[in-house]
Amino acid sequence: MPRNRAAPFILGAGGLAAFLAVWQVAPSVGLVSSTLLPKPSDIPAAFAAEVRNGLWLEAVGLSLGHYLLGLLCGGTAGVALGIASGMSVRFELSLAWIVRVLRPIPGLAWVPFAILWFGVEQSAAVFIIAIGVFWIVFFASQGAIRGVDRELIEVADAFGFTGAFAKLRKVMLPAALPGILVGLRTALGQAWMSVVAAELFGVAGLGQRMTQASSLLATDIVVVYMLTIAALYGAMDTLFVFVQGRLLAYRP
Amino acid sequence: MSDAIVSIRDLALGFDQGGTRHEVLRHLDLDVPRGEFLAIVGSSGVGKSTLLRVLMGLSPPSAGRVEIRPSRKAERTAALVFQDARLLPWRRVTANVAFGLERLNLSGAERRDRALQALARVGLREHGGRWPHQLSGGQRQRVALARALCVKPELLLMDEPFSALDAPTREGLQDEVVRIWRDQGVTVLFVTHDIDEAVYLADRVIALGGKPGEVRSSLPIDVERPRRRGDPRLQVLAEKIKRDLSAEAASREDWSI
Repeated sequence: MPRNRAAPFILGAGGLAAFLAVWQVAPSVGLVSSTLLPKPSDIPAAFAAEVRNGLWLEAVGLSLGHYLLGLLCGGTAGVALGIASGMSVRFELSLAWIVRVLRPIPGLAWVPFAILWFGVEQSAAVFIIAIGVFWIVFFASQGAIRGVDRELIEVADAFGFTGAFAKLRKVMLPAALPGILVGLRTALGQAWMSVVAAELFGVAGLGQRMTQASSLLATDIVVVYMLTIAALYGAMDTLFVFVQGRLLAYRP
Repeated sequence: MSDAIVSIRDLALGFDQGGTRHEVLRHLDLDVPRGEFLAIVGSSGVGKSTLLRVLMGLSPPSAGRVEIRPSRKAERTAALVFQDARLLPWRRVTANVAFGLERLNLSGAERRDRALQALARVGLREHGGRWPHQLSGGQRQRVALARALCVKPELLLMDEPFSALDAPTREGLQDEVVRIWRDQGVTVLFVTHDIDEAVYLADRVIALGGKPGEVRSSLPIDVERPRRRGDPRLQVLAEKIKRDLSAEAASREDWSI
């Protein structure tokens, strides 16, 4: 184990530098064609060009909109139904077979219906993203609610909070919050994967721009958007971890 | 007894497991006069905790009648202190103490004032801003006691509240409970398996024994307060209760802890 406090940073930066070096050298010495693998040194120029012609900002803006709306819709539905089925065994049993039928269907399989129902529109992309988010958040919330310490629920009863809603508000929801947040954080990553998939069939955004670029063999532009997604995800995740830390400040 | 705050008639308690009914307690008759400090002792599984749960309305009795008569002005009839503090980890100490007040129609400032008063009563006023995990076991149990006192109950139910604490902490809290009982005029039902603790604290000790449990003895502790630990008169009374229960004690478990 490295003992130096700077060691993790140095090792991480070193690893990344080595990765970039190999990536740079391989097309340069002709190991692979630079059409198949653009050199990292070509990326900043491609990025600057995309920003200059306004396509980058437009694509990012549209995709971010799909992403956030999909996250909001899928997350809200997932939390609500997850909590309801976690609290009521009857409700859970009545959902059990529906869940078994719908759960294994991948988001992409919904594309034909998304197009039929919403057209090649923003809402179709939002729908596909929301489906992926929904399942993750649904199962996380259901499990978190069911895992709430029975003894804490008894405290609610002992102090007169006997109604289901009072119990939920006073004890179950705060107790389940850490588990629900884990689900939402997982969904944060999953949703970016869905964004690209959802935009492949023509809804404007990052995914569509990547498809256009790759059909023109402009692989440097494809890489620009790959890195864009990574950066956006990194920013979202950092922000989420910050908020999560605030919400769960009570933990040691 | 006319001024009994709790009247129990022919009570039976039990639970279902795998289709069979397990009776833990039967034929219990008990009157608790207003203002009494009553201790209930007995080995584990005799239904002591279940009795408190029934009084709190947390579980139903199998048979019999339980009557609690609050005075008309009571804000809340009963409050329970659990064996483990069971504080809500996401609430700071003051908010934990104020928990039971959130049902009442009080302003935030009133709730906070009352919570701080209750905290002061258990000597933790300056700890209100801490998280539960930052407290020691004894402090957590004090907060749980403050949470129960905060709703101004007429009946304070305590379920082996100090059994998980070390001896000095336990003794400090025992004296505090006696002081609070004396100052507040609250009726206390104190469940414990520690007979010496019961005899030191209570006006009367009820010993439950057998399987299913029944009342083996009901003994007034006529020793004036403040009491002294290790008072020979208390020791004699404790010995008598241990003898009353010895049939079970010999066959099942050691009373000393």
